[in-house]
Parts: sequence; C-alpha cells; structure tokens
Amino acid sequence: MKEIICIVCPNGCRLQVDEAADYAVSGHKCPRGKTYGREELTNPVRTLTSTVRIEGAAYPRLPVKTDHPIPKAKISAVMAQLDAILARSPVKRGDIIAENIADSGANLVACRDL
Amino acid sequence: MQDIVIIGCGVIGAACAYELAKYNLAVTILEASSDVANGTTKANSAIIHAGYDPIPGTGMAKLNVEGNAMMDALCRRLDIPFKRVGSHVLAFTEEELITLRTLYERGTANGVPELRLLTAEETKAMEPSVSEEVKGSLFAPTAGIISPWELTLAMAEVAVRNGVTLKLNTPVTAIERRDGHFTVITPKERIDCRLILNAAGIHAGEIMSMAGDTPCETVFSRGEYYLLDKSEGDRVSSVIFQCPNRDGKGVLVAPTVHGNLIVGPNAESIDSPDTANTSRGLNFTRTQAMKSVPSLSIRDNIRNFAGIRANHSGEDFLIGESAKVPGLFNLAGIKSPGLTASPAIAKLAAEWVGKRLSLTEKQDFTDGRKVIRFKHLTAAEKQTVIAENPLYGRVICRCETVTEGEILAALRSPIPPTTINGVKRRVGAGMGRCQGGFCGPRVQEILSRELGIPMEEINLDEDGSYILTGRTKGEQIK
Amino acid sequence: MKAQLAIIGGGPAGLAAAIAAHEAGVRDILILERDRECGGILNQCIHNGFGLHYFGEELTGPEYAGRFIDMLKDTSVRVLSDTMALDLTPERVIHTVNTAEGYMQIEAGAVILAMGCRERTRGAISIPGTRAAGIFTAGAAQRYVNIEGYMVGKRVVVLGSGDIGLIMSRRLTLEGAEVLACVELMPYSSGLTRNIVQCLEDFGIPLYLSHTVTDIRGKNRVEGVTVSRVDENRRPIPGTEMIFDCDTLLLSVGLIPENELSKQAGIILDPRTNGPEVYENMECSIPGIFACGNVVQVHDLVDFVSEEAQLAGRSAAEFLQKGSKPAGRLITLTGGSDVSYTLPQKIRFDAMPDRIKLSFRVRRSFGESKIILRAGDAILASFKRSHMAPGEMERVTLPKKLLNEVSGNEIILEVKEA
Repeated sequence: MKEIICIVCPNGCRLQVDEAADYAVSGHKCPRGKTYGREELTNPVRTLTSTVRIEGAAYPRLPVKTDHPIPKAKISAVMAQLDAILARSPVKRGDIIAENIADSGANLVACRDL
Repeated sequence: MQDIVIIGCGVIGAACAYELAKYNLAVTILEASSDVANGTTKANSAIIHAGYDPIPGTGMAKLNVEGNAMMDALCRRLDIPFKRVGSHVLAFTEEELITLRTLYERGTANGVPELRLLTAEETKAMEPSVSEEVKGSLFAPTAGIISPWELTLAMAEVAVRNGVTLKLNTPVTAIERRDGHFTVITPKERIDCRLILNAAGIHAGEIMSMAGDTPCETVFSRGEYYLLDKSEGDRVSSVIFQCPNRDGKGVLVAPTVHGNLIVGPNAESIDSPDTANTSRGLNFTRTQAMKSVPSLSIRDNIRNFAGIRANHSGEDFLIGESAKVPGLFNLAGIKSPGLTASPAIAKLAAEWVGKRLSLTEKQDFTDGRKVIRFKHLTAAEKQTVIAENPLYGRVICRCETVTEGEILAALRSPIPPTTINGVKRRVGAGMGRCQGGFCGPRVQEILSRELGIPMEEINLDEDGSYILTGRTKGEQIK
Repeated sequence: MKAQLAIIGGGPAGLAAAIAAHEAGVRDILILERDRECGGILNQCIHNGFGLHYFGEELTGPEYAGRFIDMLKDTSVRVLSDTMALDLTPERVIHTVNTAEGYMQIEAGAVILAMGCRERTRGAISIPGTRAAGIFTAGAAQRYVNIEGYMVGKRVVVLGSGDIGLIMSRRLTLEGAEVLACVELMPYSSGLTRNIVQCLEDFGIPLYLSHTVTDIRGKNRVEGVTVSRVDENRRPIPGTEMIFDCDTLLLSVGLIPENELSKQAGIILDPRTNGPEVYENMECSIPGIFACGNVVQVHDLVDFVSEEAQLAGRSAAEFLQKGSKPAGRLITLTGGSDVSYTLPQKIRFDAMPDRIKLSFRVRRSFGESKIILRAGDAILASFKRSHMAPGEMERVTLPKKLLNEVSGNEIILEVKEA
C-alpha cells in the first residue's frame, strides 16, 4: 500500500494505492484521482511547460506546453530539444510548435498569441 | 599636472569639488566605487544637525552650526529635498534632564538658534507619538532632514559641469611625493598633482599612510537601520533623538525627505568595514526606537541597511594640512555631524588651498541645477512635460511614480548612472515599498539600451554585483 | 475623459469584471492597464493548473488570460494599456498618465478596483546579512526567466514555500539551475500540496519546514545563506545553523493587496485582509466603487478571482442601471479566533440575493473539522471539512433564508475540530 497525494487538481486528495491489488485506489474524490493514483505508480506523467525563443514578437520568449502529459522520464529529453526551437511571430495560442517532441508522443503547442 | 586631486567622492569630496570648481584650477576627483556617494554618505541618518552636540570651541561645533545655516540656500540652488523639521532630544530620567540642560548650554555656546527646553506636556503636544515615559525634551527647530546622496550627486554634477574631472571605479593604490608635488597612482594611470584633498572617508587613514603621513585612528562603527513604509512616514513630524551616549547620538526616529520613516542606528565597533545587517544590531535598534515611539509599526519595514562611520576617540574632526606631508590636506575622522558640516568644511578647505595656490574665480562658472520630479508636478505641469517628452508619461517605478523621462534625464546628466542602484539614487526608482521588484528589470532594460551593453552586464551596484547569470535554455549561455 | 465604468487593472480580475459588466448591459467600459497588454501576472505564470474550476480543464496562465482577452474582442470594452492610475478620488475621478494621452482625469460612473497584489520583500521580514545582488522575489525572478529569457542564478535557495516559490523551484531546475533547498518558516507549507509534490518531490528538492534564512553572505553577489531552525515562536534556534553555498536567494514570503489608490480615495480597509471592506456585492465603503480579486483578498486560485470579479462586474452594472442599494438591515460578518479573516465584511440584508458565497482563511491547520455560522447562540449552519490549512482559502454558501430567522445583526464564522 502506498500513500500519495493527487496532483490532478488543487484539492490535493490523499490517495492510497494498493500495489498488491492491481493498483486499486482509494481516497479520491473524483475519477481523475483514481486514474492518477494508478498511473503515478505505473507510468508517472507530467505536463511540461516552458518557453522557446521567438523572433519578431514583442517578447523574446514564447510560452509552450506539451499538449498532454508525458512520461516523467522524458522531461529532460524534451527540455533539451527546446534549445533548438525558434518560433516566428505571429503565433496563435494552440499552434503546434513541434510535433511529437523528443518522441514523447506529445506535441509542443503555443500558450499565447505572440 | 593637476592642481588638486580629491580622493573620495562622498559628501566631503563632492562639497570640496563643488567649492573648488568655482576657481581656475585643474581638479580631479578619484572615487574607488562605481558611483559617487556610495560609502558612509549613502548610509546614515540623513539628518542636518542643529549643533548642540559638539563641545564648544571645537572646529566641529563651529562647522556644524555654519554648515546647518548654509543648507537652505545650497539645497534650493541644487534642487535637493531638505526640510527643517526640527529635532527633539528626549529625556526619560531625571539624570537625562540634566543632560538636556548640558546640551542646551552647549548649543547656546555654539550659537545654535532658538533652542528650547520643553516639558513632557509640551513635548507630547508637539509629538503625540512619543512615549508616555518622556520627562522632557530639548527642541531644536533648526535641525533638518535631507537626502545625503542627492546632495552629494548635485554638488559633484555641478563640479563636473564646470570642468572638474571625476574618475569612478578608480581606487588609489599608492602615492609618491617628489619635487614638491605628488603622483597619485591608480590601477589605470599615474596622476601628478600639487595638492591632495584626502576625503576617503573610512579609508582616509590608508591614504594618509600611502602619502607618508601618520594614519589617523579609525574605528569602524557600524550603525544599522530600518526604513519604514510611507504609511509610517508621519508617525513623528520631527527628528526624535534619545540622549547621546558614549557611542554617539543614539537611536533616532525621523521622517525622511522621501516620506518614509527612518529608525536607527545602533553603534558597534567592528574590525572591518562590513555593512551587513545583524539580527543582534537590528533587535537592539528596534527595541531602543520603541522606547522613544512605542507605537512604531516595525512590520511596515521596507528595507534594512547598515552604514560605517569613521569613528575615533577625539571630540573633533581630524581635518587640516598634514604636519608631516605638506600639501596633503586630510579631511578625516568625519563622524557625525559630518554631513551637516560638509559645505562649511569645503569652504575651509578652499581657504587652505588658497594659501598654497592662487585662486581666481572662473568667469563662466554656472551654479545650480534643476531636476524634474514628475510626481511633485501639478497636473498642468505634468501635461506640459509629457507634451514635450512623452516618456514622462511612462511610469517605470510604480511605488515612487518615477517615469522613464526622469531616468533618461539622469542618464544624460553630467554623472550618468551605470547601475540599478545608481538610477535609484538619482531618481528614486526602486526606493519604494516593492524595493525594485517590479521596476528593477525595467530599469535594467533602459540601462542596457541606453548604454549599449547587454542585460547580463548591468550590475546592481559595484563591480561583481551581477544580476543575471545568463540566458534560459535556447539562448547562448554566457 | 468620461467612462460609464472604469476598471483599474487588466489582470484576471479586471478582465472578468469587464466581461461580466458588458454581459449585464454596460457598453461604455474602460480598462486601465499599466502594462503593455492585459493578463497581468498570468502572462508570466507559464505553468499549468489554472482553469479547472472555471473552464473545467487545465490551462497555463497565458492560456487562461488569453481566453478572457479573446472574449473582450467581441465587446465594446476599451483598454488603455501602458497607462498608470496615479490617483482616485471619492467622486470616482481617476487621474492617469501614459505616453499617448499624457495626464488625464477620467470621470467614471462606477469604478472597479482590480489592482491585484504585490510581493512582500526582504525588508518586510528583516533578513540580516549583506545587500548583495542575487536576492529576488520569486515573481521578479519569474518575469526574468519566463518573459525575458534570462537566468537569475545557478545555485538557488528558496525562502517560503508559497506557490510561486514552489513553481519557481521547478522552473529554475528545468532550466538547469540547482535548487538546493526550499525553506519555510511555518511548520506547514502555504503552497498547494500538489505543488509540493510536482515541484519539489519530483526533483528531489528538500523542504525545510520550521526553518528560516538568518544570514546572507557575499559582498557584491550572494555567496551563501545561513538557514536556522525556528522554535514555536518562530525564533531561530542557535546551534541549528546550516550553511548553503548559493549565488541566489529567492523570496516567496507572501503577497500584499495593492491598495494605495483605495487609500487615496478614502476607502475603508480591513486590517485583516489589507483590502477594502466589501459588501455582499463587492461594493466598497464608497458607493459606486467596487473591488475584486487579489486587491480584496489574496486568492490561491485564479478561478475564484474570476468568479469574484464577475460578481463585481454585475454589481457595478446594477449600480449604473438602478443606483445605490438601499441601506436597510446591515449584517456584519466576523471570524472566530482561528479564522484570520472573513469576506464579505458586511451584508445588506435587503439587497442580498438568495445566496452568497463567504470566503475565509484559517489561522492554523485543521484535520476533520466543522465550519459553524453563528448568530449569537443560534447556529445557522455548519459545514464539514476533512482538512483545512492557512494556505488554502475556504468558501461556504450562505442562503438568505437562514438570516430571516435571526434577530441579531452579527454573524460569526467559527471553525472547530470535529
């Protein structure tokens, strides 16, 4: 039995995950917590947010995120890839800046118009 | 060959430069720091003392009272904030009432005008926030508050505008003397001169040694302060002292010309001029101040700082021509009331210089200075300055309402700032309650743009006080 | 210049208030924004976690702001950016300055205060030591890193485990800095638990609770800090010092509502929130001036800022359309001993809608507990909680009908361990 804190939303539910019983989750207030508890012990994932360079915009950096959570182990590989990216203004919120970044299975998308 | 090299551009060096700039002399000021006013001058109580503390008959007593009387005209001419708010020395015991009488008599002997001994009731009527324990006070209406660094800057600016050379980041490493003149050596060059004015503050003793003089006694006396938010700025309306003690004038509570409340200092003799704050020093300062003004809201503190006074055991400034090294004029041992006395000391220094060199007045000397302080303008004046220069409509420092126009004006002044704190001292950006959290990066951008140097190379203050360590990923790391 | 409704601040509060007022029929709305664009601090909060309540999905700060900015596009709301409000009078005249129009006096029919808050600084907590470069508030560092693209340090200690401190610990780590420790004065973190997990634990950053920074070394740039354990009175314990060799100290030591304009106007402030006292409709002590968001109370979640701002926007619209609320029966709301503040401070019974939201914070951590609303000896309502902490704003709903039956005009909100 493992106790973890759910990070899906600001409620921060205290989950109990029973590894011996096929990762059965208790202590969650919503179904997302149940999924989180199981995933956190089997394949922990995080949404990565950062910035990339942008040219021709009011600011030098464009905020970006992975369009869905990626395996924690992939985070540093994705961060390394951001170094090489140069976006060009104009960019719209939601524009894909890089597809399947670092083979993470997620696209990198712009978080704002710039 | 320079006629005079002034070593140090604190308030004393700047006052001398301002005075000597009126004459046809070749004058160079050497300042070790990245800016003027960056030592004791910027970190003290910012008080113009009335003059009841010094022992009658001393030079200090005379220079204090003279300097005090010069301040109104000087500050008006240089457009420096100065307010004669008066001061109270509080007595809490019968013994201290006797001290007040001694101070009163000293002050009268020193020629301090309008001194009055007040009863507890009279004191409370004038300053309702002082402690109920007060037994009486000495009231000196001629005491005042000032901005020491702005005074210094203004005097140095007028000097530079009138031909004095100022070299920043230029420490003196050695001094040679031969054939009746000096060679002052810095890491960058050798400067020949006829006379030296040693205004090196807490380092004056080191300069004396370099020049072959016997160094003066220097005790590094650290004083720690609180600077409270403007919401506390009218807690008292005058300078509230306690009775002086062996270590100095004790902890005071006073409004500042910028609208804040200053609380401090303690006095601690230390081995090296370390301006770090200590919890011990701050606790002492706070406790003592609460004794004078119990309702003080220390939680409204916005900044702590510490200054080092050039203390010594004597009762006077250590000023005059060296007996051992003719041509070396030491302006040393400038403890309180050095700031008050500074213009009078400069007059005296000019007299000494006049005995060695012939002084002829410059025909084209232009005195005075005018600064636009946006927040003090009327609505109509604000309209006008923005119409002339729209950058006066861009507020950079939100807490103190300082505009980009003012920062650019400072950058075009005779002594342009090169650091974040340099801008702060000139225009007040970053002096407010958020302490530059918001405007710091914007000031940095303006400095970077105007000076043509990368953001990463802009310092907070002295060399080595870098703010940024490079770019985020995806940018070249320095 | 004139405006029916002037909103001071174009951050999340100002934006939501503008949209709500527009929806309620006000057409002449002016937002005064001191930055060059709307969105406020959200623009530099590039992390995700916003919008779960309001939009039902997880967004980053810029995305959350962007959605509101998009909503404005279809309205007649005007934005004056790069414009600083310098003064506010009780007659609802706002003095502003910018480069294009210069110095202006804007006469507004109604005003919404949405100025947000600012960070507490080193001075507020009097940290001893040198005044070297390398000491940043977390928000200032966040701006350098996320907007400008500069790094503020290589080896970092973070003082304060508020959300911004936690978020910046992760952000700097991702950008290659080494975050040596996160230090918290209190025995608990004031940040959200999820942020402790995903910002500190994910990266192995130690959290020192009941510790504080007691010295800063370094003449020109920070060279190290001393961290000491504190006793139950938050005083450092001698002999517990740990020395960290770092070049940077980040401060995340609290937020203060920015009410200089409110004070100038003579609006009554609540010393507990440091924000204006408000009625049930977010109106301040001066009629026609409303307030919302972090200028009223520091929120944890922007979603609740938006909700509060919509109420202020609708109320301002109602004021413009129908005039002042009748005074009538006035009920005050106060907190019990373990409650640090309650909001709204005053309720005009006659003008009150069927139900209103009350918000408050507790002073200490609670496990299984009850929130009790009391009028004299009569208990009006009670609500269960499994957990409450000072770092998390609590909200309960007060139905009007409960007040029908009570005679007194004072309601007390108490918390008790169950």
